[in-house]
Amino acid sequence: MEQIIKKINIPQKQVVLPFVKSVEIAVKSIKSRFFRSLITTMSLILAISFYSYIKTNSTVISGILVSQNKIAMEKLSTQGYELPVNGGEYTTSPKERWILFLSLLVCVVGIVNTQLMAVADRFREIGTMKCLGALDRFILRLFLIEAMLQGIIGAGLGAFAGAVIALLGSFIKFGSVAIEFVNVNDIIISIVISICLGCFLSIIGVLYPALLAARMQPIEAMRGRD
Amino acid sequence: MKEVNIEELNMENLNNIVRVSRVKKNFNLGKTQVHVLKGIDLEIKTGEYISIMGPSGSGKTTLFNMIGGLDKPSSGSVFIDEIDISQLDAYELAWLRCRKIGYIFQTFNIIQVMTALENVTLPMIFAGVPDDEAHEKGMELLDIVGLKDRFQHKPFELSGGQQQRVAVARSLANDPAIILADEPTGNLDLTTGDEIIKLLKLLSKEKGVTIISATHDLKMINVSDRVVWISDGKIEKIENRDELSISLGQIGDK
Ligand SMILES: Nc1ncnc2c1ncn2[C@@H]1O[C@H](COP(=O)(O)OP(=O)(O)OP(=O)(O)O)[C@@H](O)[C@H]1O
Ligand SMILES: [Mg+2]
Repeated sequence: MEQIIKKINIPQKQVVLPFVKSVEIAVKSIKSRFFRSLITTMSLILAISFYSYIKTNSTVISGILVSQNKIAMEKLSTQGYELPVNGGEYTTSPKERWILFLSLLVCVVGIVNTQLMAVADRFREIGTMKCLGALDRFILRLFLIEAMLQGIIGAGLGAFAGAVIALLGSFIKFGSVAIEFVNVNDIIISIVISICLGCFLSIIGVLYPALLAARMQPIEAMRGRD
Repeated sequence: MKEVNIEELNMENLNNIVRVSRVKKNFNLGKTQVHVLKGIDLEIKTGEYISIMGPSGSGKTTLFNMIGGLDKPSSGSVFIDEIDISQLDAYELAWLRCRKIGYIFQTFNIIQVMTALENVTLPMIFAGVPDDEAHEKGMELLDIVGLKDRFQHKPFELSGGQQQRVAVARSLANDPAIILADEPTGNLDLTTGDEIIKLLKLLSKEKGVTIISATHDLKMINVSDRVVWISDGKIEKIENRDELSISLGQIGDK
């Protein structure tokens, strides 16, 4: 204790949170609250896998149309798919789109809900960080990065699962023709879009709770009031 | 900036690192208002070691929050280095909290998801200190509070006293000019408490760090330059060290 604390070189007049550090803190936070993160991500995984399932399915059907395979096309008709007359391209039906929209909406509401609870749980931590010199935007950034990571992982899992289930399902229903004529590019594109969509939804869902948290006065936050 | 009033800038003011001027604080509880601080005036010189004594609920923590820029007075002002901190913008205030002041909270407020070392280095990260330097200094500080071999432990693996020591180490991270210590020895055994008191005293004597500490610990009061007695939101009396033995004697007699 006698060789009392060495001075360090502190850069002048600045308050920072480097991006790498933010990511590091966000990752740690997700890890140590794994269960909570899982719940937050779960509704996203489900919604995105549904989205990806529908999209992949429609790619498969387009492939079958291209193949002009009589048996498969008959099966499609008997299953109630509205096939385009004289060679138009197959698109998802309005009903499907409506259901998709609803499921994504429910997903966002779910995320907002779990994130509000998660943020309330963390008031103390947020307050402490602010007392130690964190700016509002540090807090906001931490939450956004967390949501982004959850989005990528959750949506990635969901998109992949949805596509695999759709492909397997149609293989079982229609046989190898379903897979042979599938446009692989379209599948990849739909997976990428699903992941982006998932990130977007995840961030939309955390925005309001994160803004609430970031704007809190340190003492209010530290008292753990909600 | 406005023109400086020469008369106001007398030598005494220049020495004040903290000046609390007519600070009142009310809390609204539903329809009623609680007057917690009822007009506090206090001047603290650079390098002073001040102890604040007062019964539970007398407003010590509330006053600390005002001095530390964590909460705003209902009226009156707090000056740090003769700058009214209510005039600071968000960035300057964050800088003040990060660099100028080290807090030891009564409730520790260690971040639960971070290890002891990460807790100590967090203020350094905010201050822009490079990783390896922050790491090295963090370990040094943990060593000083006797927790070096526990640097990887999370708060829930630490006892109350150990958490308090992490809080002490964290408060020293950015070499603050002022340390606001709210019962820093409240949860410590005698020896560890003494170590912390010695450390704070050393900091004030050798580095000119201003220590403002709320305490019930007589040993803490013994090393103080001045003791401020507050009760019911008002300053009852301020005693210099030479007057101290008298009232301490009284405490002993009671
Ligand atoms: N946010 C708040 N809302 C309402 N009342 C508050 C608030 N913060 C503090 N008080 C009240 O202010 C009074 C002083 O509280 P404070 O925490 O400053 O006391 P203290 O002197 O630190 O006590 P202790 O020694 O027990 O820590 C208490 O009566 C408390 O109920
Ligand atoms: Mg208190």
